[in-house]
Amino acid sequence: MKTTLLKFTPSSIFCSKADIHIDPWKPVDRAIITHAHSDHAKFGCKHYLAHKDSESILRLRLGEDISLQTAEYGEEFTVNGVRFSLHPAGHIIGSSQVRVEHNNEVWVASGDYKLQDDGFSVPFEPVKCDVFITESTFGLPIYKWPRQEVVMDDIREWWLQNRMNDKASILMGYSLGKMQRLIQNLQPFDGPVYAHGATFNMNERLRAAGHDLPFIPLITRDTDRKVFKGALILAPGSVLNTSWIKKFEPYSTGYCSGWMAVRGAKNRKAIDRGFVLSDHADWNDLETAIAETAAQKVYVTHGYTATYSRWLSEKGIEAAEVKTMYGQEEDLAEEEIIIEA
Amino acid sequence: MKRFTELFLQLDRTNKTNEKVELLKGYFLSAPDEDKIWALALFTGRRPPRKIKSAQVQEWALELAGIPHWLFRESYGSVGDLAETISLILPEPTETGQDRSLAEWFGALGGLRNASDEKKKEFILNAWKQLSGFEIFVFNKLLMGSFRIGVSQTLVTRAIAETAGSTPSVISHRLMGSWEPYTTSYKELIHSDNAADEYSKPYPFYLSHAIQGTVDVLGPHHEWFAEWKWDGIRSQIIYRDSEIYIWSRGEELITDKFPELLILKDHLSDGTVLDGELICFGETKPLSFNVLQTRIGRKNLTKKILEEAPAVFIAYDIMEFGGKDLRDEEQQIRRNILENIVNSANAPAVFKLSPLLEFNNWQELKDLHLRAREFAAEGFMLKHKESKYLAGRRKGHWWKWKTDPLSIDAVLVYAQKGSGRRAELYTDYTFAVWDGEKLVPFAKAYSGLTDKELGKVDYFIKRNTLEKFGPVRTVKPELVFEIGFEGINASTRHKSGIAVRFPRILRWRLDKTVKEADTIENLRALLNQFE
Repeated sequence: MKTTLLKFTPSSIFCSKADIHIDPWKPVDRAIITHAHSDHAKFGCKHYLAHKDSESILRLRLGEDISLQTAEYGEEFTVNGVRFSLHPAGHIIGSSQVRVEHNNEVWVASGDYKLQDDGFSVPFEPVKCDVFITESTFGLPIYKWPRQEVVMDDIREWWLQNRMNDKASILMGYSLGKMQRLIQNLQPFDGPVYAHGATFNMNERLRAAGHDLPFIPLITRDTDRKVFKGALILAPGSVLNTSWIKKFEPYSTGYCSGWMAVRGAKNRKAIDRGFVLSDHADWNDLETAIAETAAQKVYVTHGYTATYSRWLSEKGIEAAEVKTMYGQEEDLAEEEIIIEA
Repeated sequence: MKRFTELFLQLDRTNKTNEKVELLKGYFLSAPDEDKIWALALFTGRRPPRKIKSAQVQEWALELAGIPHWLFRESYGSVGDLAETISLILPEPTETGQDRSLAEWFGALGGLRNASDEKKKEFILNAWKQLSGFEIFVFNKLLMGSFRIGVSQTLVTRAIAETAGSTPSVISHRLMGSWEPYTTSYKELIHSDNAADEYSKPYPFYLSHAIQGTVDVLGPHHEWFAEWKWDGIRSQIIYRDSEIYIWSRGEELITDKFPELLILKDHLSDGTVLDGELICFGETKPLSFNVLQTRIGRKNLTKKILEEAPAVFIAYDIMEFGGKDLRDEEQQIRRNILENIVNSANAPAVFKLSPLLEFNNWQELKDLHLRAREFAAEGFMLKHKESKYLAGRRKGHWWKWKTDPLSIDAVLVYAQKGSGRRAELYTDYTFAVWDGEKLVPFAKAYSGLTDKELGKVDYFIKRNTLEKFGPVRTVKPELVFEIGFEGINASTRHKSGIAVRFPRILRWRLDKTVKEADTIENLRALLNQFE
């Protein structure tokens, strides 16, 4: 590409023409946030812009009083001649690809995305562009997701088996994204369901913002332990190896993540069951998504950046890897939330 | 195959020993006999020889998946297991074939021995088309590679003993030896009568506790025996009914790993059971445990290995003599009998007595303790002279008194991903000490950190990589760790001029800056102290 409508700077993906940063990891004046996960939405910017469904979570995480403007998918706004719009990325609620256009040149920064319809966030929508910025969290051919229904059935069966053995089923995953997906798709519930504080906060926050989610009771110090027998407990992964988890004895642990596709990853965590459920695109879907953009150039951010950009280059797509601070920080954010809760 | 795959899958899902045993029992109670013998062969490391080369299998998988070699290598790097990597990259199966039993699959594979490459390829591709995801993984495991699935032979032995109404030691004995699944039936292996079962039976080992504090609390010194604590394999040698049986402390029969000890038949009298340590012995002193371990790991003991690493049994106790159980006799009486036996056997090349150390007061022993390494010992064993031979780990009569490990504060400089369980994490580290302004690598260490610490170090490494050489990353020198090791030698092969034995991470020195790490002079000082 001849021009540099967007640039990769030490603090963000930056549009100098409009003086707007996308997902900056350092404080800037004006930031467009693709989604509310903590590695993409950082503290301290003067003004934020994000999809309207990201608002309640961004305010929860970055402060109720931040200066935040919201937009609908497809709504266009122009800054100094540069046209911006947000498009569904299908990653989590409110997640967006940022389309940037100037002088007939179109760039799309996709943040994190997946092609599977999770039943809660608006499904991914391909956007034609000249330059596409893609993640590559699961950019290896070993990562291929089973269909969501299959995973949900596996979870139901695991829960059933645990109920028959009077065990609690502790199902773990990110509070933002994974938990809503589970709640939405496991309904109608086959038994009682309870939530850890982090999951509860997120769920209530989204319910208050008008999203269609059922009320899941919070587990407190005073909750009678008898009710946990046979129940499904929704919690973030950081509860593993903490004393919090002991109150559910006897229990079985399940963890929802794309990493669970590999036995070693599951065994490292010393959990009973790994469920292959990811909010990122798998190997095949990365390929589909990139092909559908018809981009001539692809920048590969967080994940298997070197591998994936080489793969694209060998397939005749101009590609380069880009160093960013995205990826793998959601775990830390979860810990913070737990302290709040 | 479905049943076996299911067993594999279930075993993979639990870390609890009891659940594993229950799963194994379930399988051995319900599977057809012709499958059970194959399952048993796999669990005990008797996978039949490969009919197809792994490289070929890999090649066909790449072709089917349409990915280049380098990408396969990257994938393998993240999975850490060849069979699993292949099962993950293959396209979804297209046909559902009829389920074939484990025995049928092995039968079919066995038939491929003399087949052409085309025939082999056709067979494998067909199998991949018919089997489902996890079945492919198990199938690949049958085809190639080691078959480790987190089930020790001890667990399998226990499960079979419980299903067969037998005892672990009997089953353990029956599983030993040279049976193979093509010609042996499960029934004759497990259920037939076998008189040797009783004879091979070991006594439970008496295990000691580490001494807390100092030896002064043990009372008068003259009530105690002191011996070196050897760094080998705790073993029991049984000679009954003209057969030698050697058991490790883990209730594993290891007789065939030590053929040189079979000559003890000519030197012991029938009905003798000895407790002692198996170690490899050089010309004058014991060789390192590494040598012994390498030897244990070998399937075939070649003449060369037997020459380079000859094994010796160092006897320190006797539980049975003339067929009589001596365990209720006092330590000093058993010791007398033992000394007579070793002396009259007169086979010092393979059978030695663990010497008693002389000391006139505890202080003398404390002084000697500091020099334990010179004698290639890990410290002392202290045994009360009136102690019976107890069963299991009991306090009071036997104590181990180990030397403190040598240690040095070193800087993390290189990192590499682990394998297997740790394939995605940087867990293999190289450590360096200061030589003037430069850092000189001196040891590699893999273990010693908690999973949580490993995660943090991994996080640091991924964000502080200076350079990559293949799989190795050069890491910004910033993290300091206390590295412990058991021995130290001069070495011309190492850049630092020093080789350490059994290095491991003792702890992460978050309190130390990189400048406060130790120097090569500190290492040399330790070397001088122990050479």
